[in-house]
Amino acid sequence: MTSAPSLLAPTPSPAAGRSALADLSQETLALTKRLFLQLARRPSTLVAGVLQPLIWLVLFGALFANAPAGMLPDGLSYGRFLGAGVIVFTAFSAALNAGLPLMFDREFGFLNRLLVAPLRSRFSIVLASVLYITSLSLLQSLAIMGTAALLGYGWPGGAGLLLVLVTLLLLVFAVTALSLGLAFALPGHIELIAVIFVANLPLLFASTALAPISFMPPWLGWLAALNPLTFAIEPIRAAYAGAFSLSDVVLVAPYGSLTASTCLLVLAVLALSLFLLIRPLLDRKLS
Amino acid sequence: MIELHNLSKRYGPVEALGGLSLKVPQGCLFGLLGPNGAGKTTTLRILATLLAPDTGTVRVGGVDALAEPRAVRELLGYVAQEVAIDKILTGRELLQLQGDLYHMVSAERDRRIAELVGLLAMESWIDRRCGSYSGGMRRRLDLASGLLHRPALLVLDEPTVGLDIESRGAIWQVLRQLRDQGTTVLLSSHYLEEIDALADRLAIIEGGRVIAEGAPAELKAALGGDRVTLRVREFSDEQEALKLKALVQDCQGVRQVVVNRAQGFSLNFVVENEGVVEALRRQLAEAQWPVFALAQSRPSLDDVYLQATGRTLMDAELEVAGSRDPKAERKQAMR
Repeated sequence: MTSAPSLLAPTPSPAAGRSALADLSQETLALTKRLFLQLARRPSTLVAGVLQPLIWLVLFGALFANAPAGMLPDGLSYGRFLGAGVIVFTAFSAALNAGLPLMFDREFGFLNRLLVAPLRSRFSIVLASVLYITSLSLLQSLAIMGTAALLGYGWPGGAGLLLVLVTLLLLVFAVTALSLGLAFALPGHIELIAVIFVANLPLLFASTALAPISFMPPWLGWLAALNPLTFAIEPIRAAYAGAFSLSDVVLVAPYGSLTASTCLLVLAVLALSLFLLIRPLLDRKLS
Repeated sequence: MIELHNLSKRYGPVEALGGLSLKVPQGCLFGLLGPNGAGKTTTLRILATLLAPDTGTVRVGGVDALAEPRAVRELLGYVAQEVAIDKILTGRELLQLQGDLYHMVSAERDRRIAELVGLLAMESWIDRRCGSYSGGMRRRLDLASGLLHRPALLVLDEPTVGLDIESRGAIWQVLRQLRDQGTTVLLSSHYLEEIDALADRLAIIEGGRVIAEGAPAELKAALGGDRVTLRVREFSDEQEALKLKALVQDCQGVRQVVVNRAQGFSLNFVVENEGVVEALRRQLAEAQWPVFALAQSRPSLDDVYLQATGRTLMDAELEVAGSRDPKAERKQAMR
């Protein structure tokens, strides 16, 4: 080992005059970059996240390919009906994993390394997770949408695409908040994975992803009509169906009819309340 | 540079710190010596603002660490004991991330990384993924990340545990250079010889308190007298040792007779001068005791430890060796 004498000498705190915002974006971007580097070098999450819904789409679509015409409302084919459900399921499963990297950082002590640094705000750690998982889940959803289009299940044009993206974004925010909360509330990644595993499929089945409410017994109909996934699926289904307006009724629930704008509002309120709900937990764990 | 006053910290029923106070002067290479479980890591974690004490005050560079943790984080580089590393990133990427978290300008950050890579001889592997690093490489990378933002204070938790002699020597050399160039360095260790060779000053910690503090030479000189180890057999038993102790204790000029369990029940004691050992030899021969070994030395840091705590560091280590709970310790460190 060799050294020049000046290498080690301490200097007064650098970059003193910088704005808080510049610091905040530097630390958030660096943390986000790390998550994307991990993804690029271990792309199995990305691939599996697209592959699984794709299998759903192909197999489930085929399962009901010969269902009697006119069985579904508005004369939809089952494949077209299923498309919206699988898109939402893709985004939902991806966002449900939001807490995993954070949980591993907690468990292996990498989080402590971050917390020793003079971060402007420790919420940049949370923000990086949100940025990462939002882009990842939208990316996966778009991949599924593209594949579905190739399979002849349609493509929402113009305003429809915007509605799809906004809906997915709101759902992803809500689920990400939930998952990040779990990542701090649960003792380890085994528990987190168990919760993700248990929550995933039942939430899919108890929604209108695979069948309309009119097919369900009343109790399941109620569950489906309260399930946040349904509030994301129906506006997207409407966007895929062609010309639509936000004030169109997209779902006839046991408790009343819901318009697309109501669905979006419910999702927005859900996302906001979940973030407010986990805030005290994050404050405590990151303080 | 560091002023800790009356720190206490409990983990459930376990008292980790019980009123620990400590001052570390600026520009000093300061050692915290103590067995595992004495409270060293807890103290350093409090300093690094990772942990809040139940009571007490923490000042670093004149800043109240509990009120202004961010200012302290800028002043301080922390090298933790359990090196958490992102296996998927290369060492350089990890350092770049670290630099961004300290808000370094990217050109200066990359220049600084290049300097440290040279200083710590990391050129040949810094662009490989961290997952492939050996223990010594990881420790060097961690040292580099602690030094990246040129902190005025470097805090290291057992930086050489489990390292080969060469890596250990390399780290010692860097720590000495740091001190020579004005950085305050605080390290914990349960290696006596490390603290003895390295530290300008040291504090012995036991049961969450500082029980002795000073420069190594000062502490040794304060003990006075010569240390003697007497073994009548290669391995005695306790009964024999106690009988022998009674005899030795009655000798004039002998004090502080201790039975050393860790050394096959040998006797450790202090003699005032050379003549006492001669007189003792005669008495042992008269009483027909065999003598396997009779060694005499100036006081060592081990003796300082023995005097301060009533047991050797080795004994203290053995005592806690079986009672550690790695699971509970990991939980303490987890957020």
